[in-house]
Amino acid sequence: MSAQAVLFDVPGPKARLRNALYTVLTVFLALIGLAILYLGFNRTLSDRESPLFSAQTWAVNPAGQWAADKWEPFLRPETWTGYVIPGLQNTLTAALTASVLAILFGLVFGIGRLSERWWIRIPSGAVVEFFRGIPLLMLIFFTMALPIVAWQLFDIPTGTFQVTALVAVVTGLTLYNGSVLAEVFRAGILAVPKGQSEAAQAIGMSRTQTMWTILIPQAVTSMMPAIVAQLVVLLKDSALGYIIAFPELLRSFTLVATRESNVIPAAIICAVIYILINLSLSRIAIWLERRNARRGRPSAKATAAGGAPTAVDGVTGGLPVPTPSGTAAEPIVGDTLTDTRSDEEPRPEAGDDPEPGDGGSGSDSGSGSDGGSST
Amino acid sequence: MEAFLSNIDRVVDGFSWTVRLTLFSAFFSFILGILLTAMRVSPVPLLRGLSTAYVEGIRNTPLTLVLLFCGLGLNSALGLSLADSVALDVFWWGVIGLSAYTACFVSESLRSGINTIPLGQVEAARSLGLTFTQNLRLIVIPQALRTVVGPLGSVLIALTKNTTVASVAGLGVQEASREMKLMFDQGIAPVLPTFVGFAIGFLILTLPMGYFFGWLSKRVAVVR
Repeated sequence: MSAQAVLFDVPGPKARLRNALYTVLTVFLALIGLAILYLGFNRTLSDRESPLFSAQTWAVNPAGQWAADKWEPFLRPETWTGYVIPGLQNTLTAALTASVLAILFGLVFGIGRLSERWWIRIPSGAVVEFFRGIPLLMLIFFTMALPIVAWQLFDIPTGTFQVTALVAVVTGLTLYNGSVLAEVFRAGILAVPKGQSEAAQAIGMSRTQTMWTILIPQAVTSMMPAIVAQLVVLLKDSALGYIIAFPELLRSFTLVATRESNVIPAAIICAVIYILINLSLSRIAIWLERRNARRGRPSAKATAAGGAPTAVDGVTGGLPVPTPSGTAAEPIVGDTLTDTRSDEEPRPEAGDDPEPGDGGSGSDSGSGSDGGSST
Repeated sequence: MEAFLSNIDRVVDGFSWTVRLTLFSAFFSFILGILLTAMRVSPVPLLRGLSTAYVEGIRNTPLTLVLLFCGLGLNSALGLSLADSVALDVFWWGVIGLSAYTACFVSESLRSGINTIPLGQVEAARSLGLTFTQNLRLIVIPQALRTVVGPLGSVLIALTKNTTVASVAGLGVQEASREMKLMFDQGIAPVLPTFVGFAIGFLILTLPMGYFFGWLSKRVAVVR
């Protein structure tokens, strides 16, 4: 990794020795940590009967979490057909429905915020800021309580309509992520060079025409990475459905965990499934961003929206780590001194090692794949 | 609205837990985030790999699962206890889960901040003979921190809202959203004013934070 050599020299004999020492130290500490976890979930950590260094302490305890029969449920097909796959289906249903609705919501309010009429612009801005500023979980709770609201305000007897957990999750995800996407769309549209809309007006296009035939098609490409990244956030947040007993992936794993009393195996497998799905989605975002970079187009960021320092990024942190605006320079980590057009270079901060997939540095493209995340 | 206002002490109590969760988690996640970033750019390959694996792993796990693991796994199944009273015990587990999760985002922001530092800075530092640690401590991290004030603000706002997830089963910290849900269920105040009241509470927390960090990021920005 020649790229790392910017922050430090190529290690000499002394530094190599020191690095080896650090490596050994890290391995040692990591092993201690793992041992504590192992013994803890093996139920032998607090067991004072046998000394720490005895085969009995380290043997897999049949009552502990590492016993084979705690993992065995995940080898049975009925666990997968009965719990995991229905859960995954529910998660994907909620996430997909909410994605489509959130994109529509975002389009409407993102464009609404750019309207020249104040009575469209201001309400749109208020809606977006409101739903971005409050926690998603509160939106979900409130949607669940809508029948009570209807009863209290309009005397509609409770039971005339019911809000299912799916509806509540989808509504919450739509409102929150739609508001974030609205900012993404606004940023993308504002990022289209001004000459484009001026030229459109010069040839007599109306504002609506300009928006739909000139600005939005150009903005979509630059917005794609941010949209996909937001969809990862949305998918992750669908796990909040657990709290209102929506039978999604996390819920079905906790059901398995309660039935088989294997919390730890269930948590590990559940996390692996989520990580696999989200990493592959993130890969798509990174790929889109690099494709934009190759074509010399900038990628829009939600926070680049100009305007207020609203900076409310994903509920759960937001995948696109907002790039500090204004100060563009060459990346230190992951690249050598190359480019001249750093202004437009999107920093692929969303995912793996920053390896500017800039078409200019062809020699780097080979190392792009191996420098990636190892999960 | 009067029914809601007569319960204002419960609201304030809920938000006090929210604020405490936010402050403690912000503190710990900031420290852990800096540590992770330092590991991520360090000369030791193993440290780099560990940091990458941690950040990529936790960042792609839902926060609900992370907190559930802390609550059901570490607290209940492992029997680890951090405080004598249940309320404090779950509170500290909530802080641990939130910090572990948020640290990934702090680390990613910082790393993107490091990327904005011109190479000349680091090269100059190295040519003066600064070691890697000195370089990081005196040159890189101070500049990186200044450029990522804005993104760190977003992370803090997200953290504030994420504290609501600490009401998850197995933890059940009595923070604002849980208090709101309880008030819904007990029917002691109409739902709509309660929701609006709690929403305003969160906006009071998050909106000034956004403006403050926006102002701060302009103020401390490195002029290049």
